[in-house]
Amino acid sequence: MPEMNLGSVAIVDYEAGNLFSVEHACKAVGLKPVITNKPEDILKSDALILPGVGAFGDAMKSLHKLALDQPLRKFAASGKPFMGICLGMQLLFSRSEEFGEHEGLNLIEGDVVKFPSVNEYGEKNKIPQIGWNQINNPSEYRDKWHDTPLEQITNGEFMYFVHSFYAKPQNSENILTLTEYGGLEYCSAIIKKNIFATQFHPEKSASEGIKIYRYWANNIIGNREK
Amino acid sequence: MNKRIIARLDIKGPNLVKGIHLEGLRVLGKPELFARYYYEAGADEMMYVDVVASLYNRNSLHDIVTRTAKEIFIPLTVAGGIRTLDDIRDILRAGADKVSLNTTAIKRPEIIKEASRKFGSSTIVVTIEAIKQPDGRYISYTDNGREYTGIEVLRWATMVEALGAGEIVITSVDREGTGLGFDLELTKMVAETVSIPVIAHGGAGSLEDIKSVIKTGKADAVAVASMLHYEFISKKGINGDYKKEGNIEFLKSGRSFSKINMATIPEIKQYLYNQNVSCRHNLRTGQSNA
Repeated sequence: MPEMNLGSVAIVDYEAGNLFSVEHACKAVGLKPVITNKPEDILKSDALILPGVGAFGDAMKSLHKLALDQPLRKFAASGKPFMGICLGMQLLFSRSEEFGEHEGLNLIEGDVVKFPSVNEYGEKNKIPQIGWNQINNPSEYRDKWHDTPLEQITNGEFMYFVHSFYAKPQNSENILTLTEYGGLEYCSAIIKKNIFATQFHPEKSASEGIKIYRYWANNIIGNREK
Repeated sequence: MNKRIIARLDIKGPNLVKGIHLEGLRVLGKPELFARYYYEAGADEMMYVDVVASLYNRNSLHDIVTRTAKEIFIPLTVAGGIRTLDDIRDILRAGADKVSLNTTAIKRPEIIKEASRKFGSSTIVVTIEAIKQPDGRYISYTDNGREYTGIEVLRWATMVEALGAGEIVITSVDREGTGLGFDLELTKMVAETVSIPVIAHGGAGSLEDIKSVIKTGKADAVAVASMLHYEFISKKGINGDYKKEGNIEFLKSGRSFSKINMATIPEIKQYLYNQNVSCRHNLRTGQSNA
């Protein structure tokens, strides 16, 4: 492989959301991002980012229309680093109740559901959640962030969130972070082998968010050097 | 919910400007320098407003937005002179995360629905410029508080939410740039009616004002301009080259408004934190400068 391809990352463009900020975060940590909707570009990349803002059903429709669902599954099975962000995390799940029931990519078992309109304290819930919230290690007994892209992040760090729906993984082993909103504790990041996904936007979470990209990037560049 | 402090930069041509009641713009400096400073100080978001765009039918922010997005990794909202879905797409491609609509949305409310479907609700913010009438009612204005629409603020806010906007910026034109404090009644009325987050804008003159609009006004986020800008200028001095556009007499005179107390973002956060207002802060130092 030519040197110039080291650290190539496919940012999947399925007409959902702001790819520009993801692209710039990748460049800031030394990756070579390619915004693409072509299966061949995706499969030959060293890593993949599935971003996304918008509606689950429309996004799945777009992925089907662009014939990207199988390449995404194939990439996930390849063992190469796969990052999902926001809607891109939710799409990894089995199904969502967003505007009717929709099947997801089913790479992570579980459902995507809406925040309740009334919160745990009986107050009106502000939906979407827009703003900074804390991410916490889900285990009292061990550091689940060790050897993950969150390795250098302080427990309880603030990250930037924008969402109305949240994911409920079936297997608690997949839960990497927990976040509290309106008294509800929910899963805000997941890990499963090579798949890492966040409900928050690391590329919009200032220097701490960029640290996550940097750790993920160093791992990719390291992989290629082996 | 953690309350957000949004650094608001009003931009005219290549310069950061500030007016009173959205009028009488004075040149303060190069927007990128202010933006970088606020980012490093822990601003939760940034808002760029092309303040004369509607007036001159132009939007000239693209280059500034692109330069900002390359080095500032917090959400950036862009407002001013955005008229069509193509305009929205272009400004998002330039690097904005959200756009805020006002004049266009009032002229053609359907654009809120179309845009929130196409780009996602969370990308579409609507700014409501409110002016209190002699009879006590609040009416929405457009074109930086110049054009009367006759539409009541609360009715418009409800409609904006129903059409799919993700957030509302509520600007008190009466208070904007004065440092006299936010219009708490106006902010509370809107925040208690809609379910989407409400950003208070117009009137910040002190730390207490910011606390009040969160605690009493029920704002989810606060847009701050003059308090931050004057602090930056007092510390960094006058910067850049202003020959191209704008009146710099004010800047050269070294005056600011006695009504406006300067503050840094860490000072604002620390104060809110001490007042039991939850907001993002720095975990490593225990200080509120994230």
